[in-house]
Amino acid sequence: MIRLTDTIRIATLLILTTSVQVAQPSGKEILDRIDANMSAESRYVKSKMVIHGPRTSRTVESESWSKGESALTEYLAPAREKGTKMLKLEDKLWIFSPSTDRTIQISGHMLRQSVMGSDLSYEDMMDDTKLTDKYDAVVVGSENFNETDCWIVEMTAKTEDVAYQMRKLWVDKTRYIPLKEELYAKSGKLLKKTELTDITKHGSRWYPGKIIFKDMLKKGAGTEFIVDEIRFNIEIPEHILSKSSLR
Amino acid sequence: MLRFYIKGLFRDRSRSLMPVIVVAIGVTLVVLMQCWVTGVLGDMIVFNARFATGHVKVMSQAYNENISQQPNDLALIGTGELMENLSTEFPHMEWIERIQFGGLVDAPDENGETRAQGPGGGMAIDLLSESSREAERLNLEKSIIRGRLPEVPEEILLSDEFATKLEVEPGDQVTLISTTMYGAMSITNFTVCGTVKFGATALDRGGMVADISSIRMALDMQDATGEILGYLPDEEYDDLQAAAIASSFNEEYHDPGNEFSPVMLSLREQGTMTMYLDMVEYFRSIIIGIFMAAMSIVLWNSGLLGGLRRYGEMGLRIAMGEEKNHIYRSLITESIFIGIAGSVVGTAVGLFFASLLTKGIDIGDMMQNSNMMMQGVMKAKITNDAYYIGFIPGLMATVLGTALAGIGIYKRKTAQLFKELQA
Repeated sequence: MIRLTDTIRIATLLILTTSVQVAQPSGKEILDRIDANMSAESRYVKSKMVIHGPRTSRTVESESWSKGESALTEYLAPAREKGTKMLKLEDKLWIFSPSTDRTIQISGHMLRQSVMGSDLSYEDMMDDTKLTDKYDAVVVGSENFNETDCWIVEMTAKTEDVAYQMRKLWVDKTRYIPLKEELYAKSGKLLKKTELTDITKHGSRWYPGKIIFKDMLKKGAGTEFIVDEIRFNIEIPEHILSKSSLR
Repeated sequence: MLRFYIKGLFRDRSRSLMPVIVVAIGVTLVVLMQCWVTGVLGDMIVFNARFATGHVKVMSQAYNENISQQPNDLALIGTGELMENLSTEFPHMEWIERIQFGGLVDAPDENGETRAQGPGGGMAIDLLSESSREAERLNLEKSIIRGRLPEVPEEILLSDEFATKLEVEPGDQVTLISTTMYGAMSITNFTVCGTVKFGATALDRGGMVADISSIRMALDMQDATGEILGYLPDEEYDDLQAAAIASSFNEEYHDPGNEFSPVMLSLREQGTMTMYLDMVEYFRSIIIGIFMAAMSIVLWNSGLLGGLRRYGEMGLRIAMGEEKNHIYRSLITESIFIGIAGSVVGTAVGLFFASLLTKGIDIGDMMQNSNMMMQGVMKAKITNDAYYIGFIPGLMATVLGTALAGIGIYKRKTAQLFKELQA
């Protein structure tokens, strides 16, 4: 025989559980949870970029180390790019080219140029800051994308000095990782689209195994960024993230 | 009767010499103006043809559609064979390859690190082949401000303004950071061998010229090129001929379904050249039209005055019983001879002066800096129009003026004539 108090308890529990399931998180809460998945104190990534140009496709292999605002990328293949290194220290970027024995600083509008002919710009490559630091977000709806329930989140830049003034994310409701993103200029023009797939679990976080970038202003079928190996929160010796590692 | 009129004209210099001189001067000016305006406006077309468009240009269809972006990833491939085919099929034309390129030019410090840099855009042309006329075509030798033309593939010319901004001198090394035609990063060292003045603001801000072989290496464009330019003999642009060549080429080589198939465009079909050529023709017509109208008024008045000056003679001839119609016809016939004689002399003199001006007047020294690729020589051009255009004011206006002056003959009364003769 169920007592009245038990019935009230069960009913209250059911109501609470249901309301938790349908409650819409705020834009900031979603960004916080995305940052928890995607950002890390430090990281090592070995990756491939498959660049689908208008005529041919090329694969560029690289490994990179990043910590905070600093990152070093070394290109491993193809032969023409092998040994080229890119170093980012805060908002500065240097490229070392072994064939010319030159260290070249990339700055200003050059940061918006394509990296190795891909659909990623140097700014895209360098940007590793938390979303909550640069954007305000609002949830504008929900949608099923690739058979996954997603929140649609619109992010607006807090400052003028970001590459994309407006971003629209389709965020997995359960894993809190973006599955699709549209990047807009201040004018409202769509600049890039990305799709994140092969989501796998790395410890407590979810991370995509493949990101497809498409620069909407460029010919070609986009660039696939494939993560071959990734390690989070690792120890990186100081000399790796310094100019001495370029040569 | 004609011999009578002609003898009359020769014997009475007051009836022939002055009117012929006036008509000849007017026609000379019209012919000279026609040749000068045609030459000067035509020079701008010549500059465009030499610098950018050729008389015809071959590109891939996709490259042509995105030409403002200098898309070398859409360049023509297999150009060695295509160049051979062009030379065989259109042997009277000169065919040359060019690559437009862009990137970041970086000047190093003593440690090989960035000291200064800036974005630049350049043109790769054949500078090192013995048979190449590209340096001459682009007036490069005269455009040099410091240093010299490239002598080896690893040398590059920078615009003088760009070199000054980067603080580099001839002999210094710079690095070009660009993208290969397959999208890879390209980093290549060059030695600055000289600086040039292009004469166009955009080019002077960040222009470069290098030999095509070195840019082919840098941008991984072996057996590929952005553009193939074709020039008609003597570099004289002929719109109909260029259009016919382009049409014949496209029929054989162009496949609209393949964005990488080659397409040939005549100068008129490229960019805003259609509008420019139409505008040149429009302005040429307006300038010459206004001048011809002014000369016509002068010559018409001359004919009118000539007729009025002979008022007394007409009166006497009427008094002697000559029919008014006959007098009127004789005046018109005389004016036709004067018009023809003046127009022939004027056209000959005009063509003589125009032929002197076809060598051009060097206005380079008047310009702020005469060393630049934009030609500083303005010259006349003699076209077929110049042989007959002077006859329009020379003959027609003279006859019209005489015809108007002669109308007065019909209004004369015999009684009034005798009064005039007594006076």
